[in-house]
Amino acid sequence: MKIKQIMKILEAEAIGAQHDNRDIKTGCGSDLMSDVLVFTRPGSVLLTGLTSRQVIYTASTAGVEAICFVRGKTPPKETVELAKEKKIALMTTNFPMFESCGRLYNKGLIGCSEPAGVSEK
Amino acid sequence: MKGKTWLFGTSESVGKTKGKTQRLPRSQKTKEVQKTHQLSYELKIKEAMSKKVLTLKPNRTMMDVRKVLKDHRFTGIPIVESGRLVGIVSIEDLINCLRAGSMETRVKDIMTTKVVTLFSDEPLIHAINKFGSYGFGRFPVLDRDSKKLIGIITKQDIIRCLLSTLQSLYHARESKKGNRYQAARLFADLPSDWTTMILKYHVKGGDFGKAGEKSDQLKGNLLKLGYSDEQIRRLIISALEAEMNLVIFTSGGDMIAQIEPGKITVKVIDNGPGIPDIELAMQPGYSTAPDFVRELGFGAGMGLPNIKNCTDEMKLESRLGKGTNLEFSVYA
Repeated sequence: MKIKQIMKILEAEAIGAQHDNRDIKTGCGSDLMSDVLVFTRPGSVLLTGLTSRQVIYTASTAGVEAICFVRGKTPPKETVELAKEKKIALMTTNFPMFESCGRLYNKGLIGCSEPAGVSEK
Repeated sequence: MKGKTWLFGTSESVGKTKGKTQRLPRSQKTKEVQKTHQLSYELKIKEAMSKKVLTLKPNRTMMDVRKVLKDHRFTGIPIVESGRLVGIVSIEDLINCLRAGSMETRVKDIMTTKVVTLFSDEPLIHAINKFGSYGFGRFPVLDRDSKKLIGIITKQDIIRCLLSTLQSLYHARESKKGNRYQAARLFADLPSDWTTMILKYHVKGGDFGKAGEKSDQLKGNLLKLGYSDEQIRRLIISALEAEMNLVIFTSGGDMIAQIEPGKITVKVIDNGPGIPDIELAMQPGYSTAPDFVRELGFGAGMGLPNIKNCTDEMKLESRLGKGTNLEFSVYA
């Protein structure tokens, strides 16, 4: 699923650089960075309510390609700058976590534990 | 496939420049030609076309056409009315008018109205094929949605685009070669009974603004050393968890990464406060972290269990009031 499509489904706005055509394979929703680190597959979009720099370090380590901040949150400048350096796409949606996940899942974006999601390389 | 022949002819003659020395070895030549061929499918016409297009309105005369063609050394010009392409006039039309002495004729009475065009989002190969099957020197390029004229493409544009793309690919590959060492090769070049490289990082306690930075630096360095993302993923996850532990619970400590053939080990050393019950700390979900740490998304009691799950070896020693020594390794 292209980032462009994800943004449309979540009625999301891009923050910073646009990466519209990047292909996202799986999705993950969590505010628990330890879970993101261990259970997220590379090439995922991360839905989270956290906006600190640690989210970017965590995403970068886990190979997350895009982060969508839920419930209308916008990250501070330092977070946006770090994301730019790490080439991670950022966006924000007004939908809360559960609905954001549901919308994407409903449109066919699979989770990180599903067999077809296990497509590392 | 005329177009294809033309393309191959071009790239071969590039490799063949005069004399004997310039010739590329056969395998490399084939590779370059294949790459050009591949690029002609990947690149879009809009990337190669000229965006500045000189046009004339249909009510202009052939005198105007003569001036534009002469001034710019063009051999044809698109005729446009309110953004829409309505025809094309070529140098041949001009010659016919000159011969007939009818230079006052309006462009609209002379122009070719059935113009062969291309859309800007079509692959370059479509342009190459069209140059092969029609004898024209240029094709006007339209936007698929608005049908408006947004560019023009000639053979020269295509050659220029392919060459500059090949050049930037070449540069990208060269610069990648330049700053990439291979850890394995470096070790092999230094015969000894045991070779290792140590990278030491100091992590400040309580500095949440910078938490995560050192693991990120370690990751960058390992990538520079030639390790792949996949090889070091589990190690960096563990390093990030350990770094967060230092920031959250201690007044600071060191992370020492030891790189040796086949294995990377990280030692995490601090001076306190120490873990009262290691068995309990190893239980998933057990945490003593304060609320503000949880608000950062950490401190949920998954750190040490995560490290255990992600590494091939793990040792943890702690003495209350003295400090904690954590050591983990990943085979890479």
